[in-house]
Amino acid sequence: MGQQVIKTNNLCKRFGDFIAVDNITFEVAKGEIFGFLGANGAGKTTAMRMLCGLSSPSSGTATIAGFDVYRQTEQIKKNIGYMSQKFSLYEDLTVLENISFFGGIYGLSNRQIKDKREQLIDQLGLKGEAKKLVGSIPLGWKQKLAFSIAILHEPAIVFLDEPTGGVDPLTRRQFWNMIYEAADSGITIFVTTHYMDEAEYCNRISLMVDGSIKALDTPANLKLQYKASTMDEVFYELARGAKRGD
Amino acid sequence: MEALQIQHISKHYNGKTAVNDVSFSVSKGEIFGLIGPDGAGKTTILRVLTTLLLPDRGSATVDGLDVVNDYKQIRNRIGYMPGRFSLYPDLSIEENLNFFATVFNTTVEENYHLIKDIYVQIEPFKKRRAGKLSGGMKQKLALCCALIHKPVVLFLDEPTTGVDPVSRKEFWEMLKQLKQQQITIVVSTPYMDEANLCDRIALIQNGKLLSVDTPENITGSYPDTLYAIKAGNMHHLLKLLSTWDAVLSSHAFGEFAHVSFTNSNINEAEVISHLQQQGLENIDLKKITATIEDSFINLLNN
Repeated sequence: MGQQVIKTNNLCKRFGDFIAVDNITFEVAKGEIFGFLGANGAGKTTAMRMLCGLSSPSSGTATIAGFDVYRQTEQIKKNIGYMSQKFSLYEDLTVLENISFFGGIYGLSNRQIKDKREQLIDQLGLKGEAKKLVGSIPLGWKQKLAFSIAILHEPAIVFLDEPTGGVDPLTRRQFWNMIYEAADSGITIFVTTHYMDEAEYCNRISLMVDGSIKALDTPANLKLQYKASTMDEVFYELARGAKRGD
Repeated sequence: MEALQIQHISKHYNGKTAVNDVSFSVSKGEIFGLIGPDGAGKTTILRVLTTLLLPDRGSATVDGLDVVNDYKQIRNRIGYMPGRFSLYPDLSIEENLNFFATVFNTTVEENYHLIKDIYVQIEPFKKRRAGKLSGGMKQKLALCCALIHKPVVLFLDEPTTGVDPVSRKEFWEMLKQLKQQQITIVVSTPYMDEANLCDRIALIQNGKLLSVDTPENITGSYPDTLYAIKAGNMHHLLKLLSTWDAVLSSHAFGEFAHVSFTNSNINEAEVISHLQQQGLENIDLKKITATIEDSFINLLNN
């Protein structure tokens, strides 16, 4: 793989005496699906906030899509997408209104927004739901729509924070097909999940324990290294010694 | 002997059906799992059984008592841990526990044996306010508070949602210990892999039960021969399988695709050679038994 769109070097975040993120160093390549795993309280959210330009690191360096996490946070925000299970769309706006709203936020032209609206409704098969409030459509559709909107502005990287939590097994798989397609189109995927079968779908995985990255490799290599038959066992082996809870 | 029974329960909110004609029963001492995605109706069923919500239709009993007429008696006999943390954040661990014991006319000492194994893990922090606890500790405290009056039935609404795999394992260990104390447990979860830890389960989607049985019987009645197939390029493999007319169903399961064929006696060597002709390498194929998730997907498709 070619260029590295995420680069961190000894990145740290301290809150008083507490070291939430402890010297993490890793790189993610363009178009890669990178799984960011860890136990509750391991520091994943804090690390992700720094990578998204929402929280300034205590020390270390990092660039996201070529932009510096200390000085160029506004450029970072323009070049990334973000979606989480908790916050994704406005429930009181219709499907179309959500697309227009986020298109506007991301600075797309009216022409681009109009094209994107048609394209998304068509792709997601939401013709009958376009004018319905997002709050009234099933969770599975909502999550797929939220993902499409997170990559509406064709960002370099999209951050997905437990995007499939609570979603039914069929929709979960359709969601991963969308992730694969986005990655094929060159968008880098940075994803957290508690489903260990989904960890297998990632090109590479990092596993955080108590603020540090304890392992980073392909799922196949990690299983080999820890003599495990599933990622669940790898996770258990690495994370059971964790001292921190969330 | 039945710990609870629910018959033809339906519930609508603003014209939307949350639960649609649901019936099942749970035996004394069972761990019973309500398994399904968000919005399936799990919480509504639990709220009807815990007397917090009136059903539109149908009836239900808990410990032989009617959920509508005998709600006061039922409330004395059940423990309920809602999906959202609902203890008093300004009270300490110790104060919360004492409060709940007092409300139920008992003392912490009287039923300490029930919570001992869980409580000792949070006891070192007993002076700390509940609002300041970590997620894992909050959950342990909530479980202690739900148990302190020695309930006949314990209801747990998605206790492991958003919890990492290690903590999830620990939580299920705690439930197994409670089962030893003869407490009936009804637990809801969106995680299909937790089904195997229950004695019996109900699979639920869009307010309807897809199946109620032991996990073994549900996976055992999977209708087709199932294969796990792996190849060097999984993305390519999945795409191929989804368009191959010999394939009945194909779904990604971690590093494998779980596949069934229209011809249930398909020749394995032919499958491999077909995939090789399509440019796939390092193909691994083996016959497997279905998992709960396979069964759930199959039931969804019917």
